[in-house]
Amino acid sequence: MNTSIKIGGLDLKNPVMTASGTFGYGPEFEDFIDINRLGGIVVKGTTLNHREGNAYPRMAETPSGMLNAVGLQNKGVAQFCNDIYPNIKHYNTNILVNVSGSTVDEYVETARMINDLEHIPGIELNISCPNVKEGGMAFGTSCPSAVAVTHAVREVYKKTMIVKLSPNVTNIAEIAKAVESVGADGVSLINTMLAMAINAETRKSVLSTITGGLSGPAIKPIALRMVWQVAQEVKIPIVGMGGIMNATDAIEFLLAGASAIR
Amino acid sequence: MSANHNQPKKRSELLKVLQNRKINKDYYVLEVESPASTADILPGQFVEILVKDTRNAFLRRPISIYNVNTDRNSFELLIQIVGEGTQLLSELKVGDSVDIMYPLGKTFTLETKGKKALLVGGGVGVAPLLFLSRKLKDNGVDVHILLGGRGSDNIIEVDNFENYASIYISTDDGSKGEKGFVTQHSVMQNMDFDMIYSCGPDPMMRAVAKLANEQNINCEVSLENMMACGIGACLCCVTETTSGHQCVCTDGPVFNTKVLKWN
Repeated sequence: MNTSIKIGGLDLKNPVMTASGTFGYGPEFEDFIDINRLGGIVVKGTTLNHREGNAYPRMAETPSGMLNAVGLQNKGVAQFCNDIYPNIKHYNTNILVNVSGSTVDEYVETARMINDLEHIPGIELNISCPNVKEGGMAFGTSCPSAVAVTHAVREVYKKTMIVKLSPNVTNIAEIAKAVESVGADGVSLINTMLAMAINAETRKSVLSTITGGLSGPAIKPIALRMVWQVAQEVKIPIVGMGGIMNATDAIEFLLAGASAIR
Repeated sequence: MSANHNQPKKRSELLKVLQNRKINKDYYVLEVESPASTADILPGQFVEILVKDTRNAFLRRPISIYNVNTDRNSFELLIQIVGEGTQLLSELKVGDSVDIMYPLGKTFTLETKGKKALLVGGGVGVAPLLFLSRKLKDNGVDVHILLGGRGSDNIIEVDNFENYASIYISTDDGSKGEKGFVTQHSVMQNMDFDMIYSCGPDPMMRAVAKLANEQNINCEVSLENMMACGIGACLCCVTETTSGHQCVCTDGPVFNTKVLKWN
C-alpha cells in the first residue's frame, strides 16, 4: 500500500512523524524502535544560543495528560551542527529541526545555519512555545508577528519550512492563512495549551514557572477541531498532533484534514 | 544524547508477574519474568512501568530495581503505595502481564575489595540498596547499611539486607532502632567509611551528603525527581549540576554529590 505523502519538497514514505520535544534527537529511541520506519522526525527545539531551560519542577502529570515547562533547553545550533547532526544524518528518514528564538534575527540566523546541513531537508518554525519569557509563542499569537518571522526566515531558508502554530489564539485559521501567504510549505498544529496545575496541599503551582503547556489525550478534541478549522482555510498540507496514542487517533486527524500526524 | 554502549540494551516488553508479595499495607515486592537473561542489569538502575485502567496515571511510573534473579530471568521491584498508580500495581496478580521499559539509568560506582561502605536508605529509598549491597559483598566490600524511616512500619526487609550487610536502624519516633534522623545515628558519627551510598527523601540525602562532605567521604545518591519519558528525551526530570541541567533518568539517577548544586 502506498502511504507516501508530500509536504513542500519533502517526500515522506508515510504520514507518521514524531513531535519536537517528545523524541529528543532520535538516538534515545534506537533501542526500542527502527527510526528509519518513520516518515520523519522533528528534533528538539533549537535556538541560536545555549539555553538551560526553566528550573525544576518543569513537569506535572494531570488527568489524561501532562504539563511541561522545559523552556527550550538545548545547547544551541552550533553544537547541534557539530556534535549531534553527524550522529543522526545517516537515518533513512526526514530529519526536521524545530527552530525557535527570542528575536526575528535569532530565528533567521539559526535557520541559515541549518540550511547548510545536507541531510536536513526541512525545518519546523516554532512560533508557539508557551514556556519562554521572550519570543516563542509571542510570535504565533498575532498575524503581523507570525508573518514577520515567517517571511524573514523564508528569505534565507530554501528548503521545506513548516510553521508550528499555537492553540492559544482566538482564530487559528487566520494565523495559518497568514503564514501560508508568506511562503510556509505547511503548518503543524497544535503546540501545547497554556495551562496550570496546583497542589492543594502546598497551595502552590506545581511548576516552577507557574504555567506550562498541556499535552496528551486531554487536548486531542481541541487539536482535532483546530485541524479541521485550518483545513477549511489553507491549501498547504497540515501536520496534525495532540494526544495521538494509537492508530485510531491518527486516522481521526487525517479525517479532520491533516496530511501527516505526530 | 547518544546511546551509551557501556549500558545494557534497553527494552520495552510485556513481562509476566511471577510474584506480588505484600510486606505490609504500604509496601509490595513485585517480581516479573523477562524473556531473556537479566544478568546485564546493574544496581541503581530503574524501570518505567505502564499502569493500565486509569486516567490519573498517564505517565509510566519510574521504580527502582530491588533485586535481580538471574537463575530465573527475573527482577524484583519494591513498590510503596503512594497514589492510584502504585495502588493498581499492588493489585497485579501472578500471571498478569505488565508493560515495562528496562533497565534504565546509570549504576552506582562499585567499591572494590577491602573497602568499607555505608549505605543509607530512607523508606522506599532502600529499594536500590539491596541489589547494591549484594554486588558490593560479591566484590569483597565490607558493607554496612543504615535503614531509616518515620516508624517501625517503614523499616522493611531487614532479613533480606542481613544476608549482605551489617544492619543499623533509626526511626523518627523511636519505635525501632535509635530514635531520630539517620544523620543522628551513632554509626554516622566519626565515620571511617571509604564510600557512602544513599537513597531516600531529598532532605535526608542532602543531610547525609553534608555529613559525608564534612568528614571527607565520597558520597553517591540516587535521585527520585518527577519523570516522564525515562530515556533522556523530554528533559523534564532535570537536576542542577556543575555542568548545568542534567537528566536524572539518563545522566543519573545516581550522582556523586560533588556535582550536585544543592545549595
